[in-house]
Amino acid sequence: MSEQTQFDDRPWLDPEAEPFIQVSGVTKRFGTFTAVDNVDLQIYQGELFCMLGGSGCGKTTLLRMLAGFDNPTSGSIYIDGADMTDVPPYERPVNMMFQSYALFPHMTVEQNVAYGLKRDGVDKQEILQRVEEMLKMVELSQFAKRKPHQLSGGQRQRVALARALVKRPKALLLDEPLGALDKRLRAQTQYELMNIQDQLGVTFVVVTHDQEEAMILSTRIAVMDAGKFAQIGTPTEIYESPETRFVANFIGSANMFEGRITEDSADHVVVRSSDPACEFYIDHGVSIKEGSKVWVAVRPEKIRVSVSAPENAAANQLSGTVRDVGYLGNTSTYRVQVADGQIVEVTHPNQSRPRGGKHAVDWDDVVHLSWEPSSAVVLTE
Amino acid sequence: MSSILSAYAAQLQHRAQSGWRSIVVFVPYIWLFVFFLAPFLIVLKISLAESLIASPPFSPLFEWTEEGVLTLQLVFDNYSYLWEDDLYVKTYLNSIKISTISTMLCLILGYPIAYAIVRSSPTTKNILLMMIILPFWTSFLLRVYAWMGLLADQGTINSFLVWLGVIDAPIRMMYSEFAVYVGIVYTYVPFMILPLYANMEKLDITLHEAAADLGARPVTTFLTITLPLTSPGILAGSLLVFIPATGEFVIPDLLGGGNVLMIGRVLYNEFNSNHDWPVAAAVAIVLLFVLVIPMMIYQHVQSRESEG
Repeated sequence: MSEQTQFDDRPWLDPEAEPFIQVSGVTKRFGTFTAVDNVDLQIYQGELFCMLGGSGCGKTTLLRMLAGFDNPTSGSIYIDGADMTDVPPYERPVNMMFQSYALFPHMTVEQNVAYGLKRDGVDKQEILQRVEEMLKMVELSQFAKRKPHQLSGGQRQRVALARALVKRPKALLLDEPLGALDKRLRAQTQYELMNIQDQLGVTFVVVTHDQEEAMILSTRIAVMDAGKFAQIGTPTEIYESPETRFVANFIGSANMFEGRITEDSADHVVVRSSDPACEFYIDHGVSIKEGSKVWVAVRPEKIRVSVSAPENAAANQLSGTVRDVGYLGNTSTYRVQVADGQIVEVTHPNQSRPRGGKHAVDWDDVVHLSWEPSSAVVLTE
Repeated sequence: MSSILSAYAAQLQHRAQSGWRSIVVFVPYIWLFVFFLAPFLIVLKISLAESLIASPPFSPLFEWTEEGVLTLQLVFDNYSYLWEDDLYVKTYLNSIKISTISTMLCLILGYPIAYAIVRSSPTTKNILLMMIILPFWTSFLLRVYAWMGLLADQGTINSFLVWLGVIDAPIRMMYSEFAVYVGIVYTYVPFMILPLYANMEKLDITLHEAAADLGARPVTTFLTITLPLTSPGILAGSLLVFIPATGEFVIPDLLGGGNVLMIGRVLYNEFNSNHDWPVAAAVAIVLLFVLVIPMMIYQHVQSRESEG
């Protein structure tokens, strides 16, 4: 495998690659409130990069600084190798798709899409052609003469996308691109967005609060909390190897056990917790001093549940009483009380139909939980 | 609780159906009839009469001849007189000129003010709006007299400039078109600002950002986004200034004196000095039509906009 193809879809791993967007030590304060706190970020050509976080975490502020609507209080932003400090929005090589779409209400769909090209002084014939092409791509050709208020939410979203993409920007910034759509439309549009991105090879920087959206869309996700990045990584890294308790809880859900390291070697680590009394054997080393306080996170779907007791006691086992059953059809979620005040959530696929109207695991059953040594993650903060 | 409410609602509905609704709707019609249509018809009637030295000083519309036949007498001389004596045509045109220029001045002055108010913080916004409305709390006449004090040869402005040494002799400002413009613009600029403010308040700031993002410089954004989207406010404000300014009497009379011909003054002279009620009435009727035309254009534009 050549160097080239090795990093083709993972440019962030290539030490030689030049980042397309380079954010260095950027801080943004509004009065006494620090919205973005000394962040560094590299986004590479062709990425679909998601900034994910709750409201007020600074993700939108960071996006607005990339677009040029806000200026950093300190730090620098480079886009395509050029310092953006004094570059106004209308001279930046990026375009933005607004959360509210911000379509011009007095213009038709066609005029909205043509607006950016007219500003660039593209000749009339070419404008016509490019607008037509773009409307065809987003499947809005027959709505070209309509005004925004005559369109549905999904159609407006596509006009906004066409308007931002028609200028062939090197990067497209998307602020909650699917936020205003209903659930069904959102699922469909997610894949459309990915296809378009793939087709055009444009770098997408997406801001969202929806973790599912981020997981499906992204090449990489940056989880933001209180103006800082909690973790940046691929969806798999973020989900399977969260670095902090915040990330583990923010993406999906996780059962958290507090304990101390009793054994730490190169290929495994053992953590003992007292309440519930349990030994966690994790098959990868973490190189943390023995005796230090850590948290062990186990995802609900990685826990096996069984009504029969295991043959011999070992690590990675717990037992408790089912307090709640959430039947979702394809899966069931059990809330199992394993100790005073500690509830473990377990998601279990319903592989067989309930026999005689009775589920395999029900309220107040005593159940035994177990998981693989590879399933748990040790967290220090 | 809900049954009481629904019973009450049903009762209300019943009452509304049995006449209340039609009465409520009828009140404005009565109002319009008594205070607009009836006076208009009376003025129209007088404008079609002949001037007499009598009381009332015009001929009756219907008259019984000696044979006992009811005759209708319509005199159109007053209208042809308005056309033949070029004083009236000139005065109408001059009124329109003055109110057009005043409207444009109000727009040039009011637009940035309205924009600044919309863009300021909520507290400042309220203070600024208050300052726009505050002059209405004092008498209009008093404010015009205050301008006389400011603009007079020995008035505040001239005295100040002489004291500064900028000028040797007072500049003549009173009794000129300049003074009339100052008076009209000062008086009517709030009527421009308020509708513009109401319109701009609805303007979405992200549209400006979107335009900038698509490569529009601030001037282009203003011309292609802000201006078209505030045109309803511009139109409403312009009409609110143009219509009363055209028929304005007090300002041209007090600040313009005999040097500025405006239709309000001519009407006043016909009525009070010449005691020619029919000509005064004809002047008023023609003025009404002059003002109805821009109103109709406005309505037409509005209905077209709400369609498309």
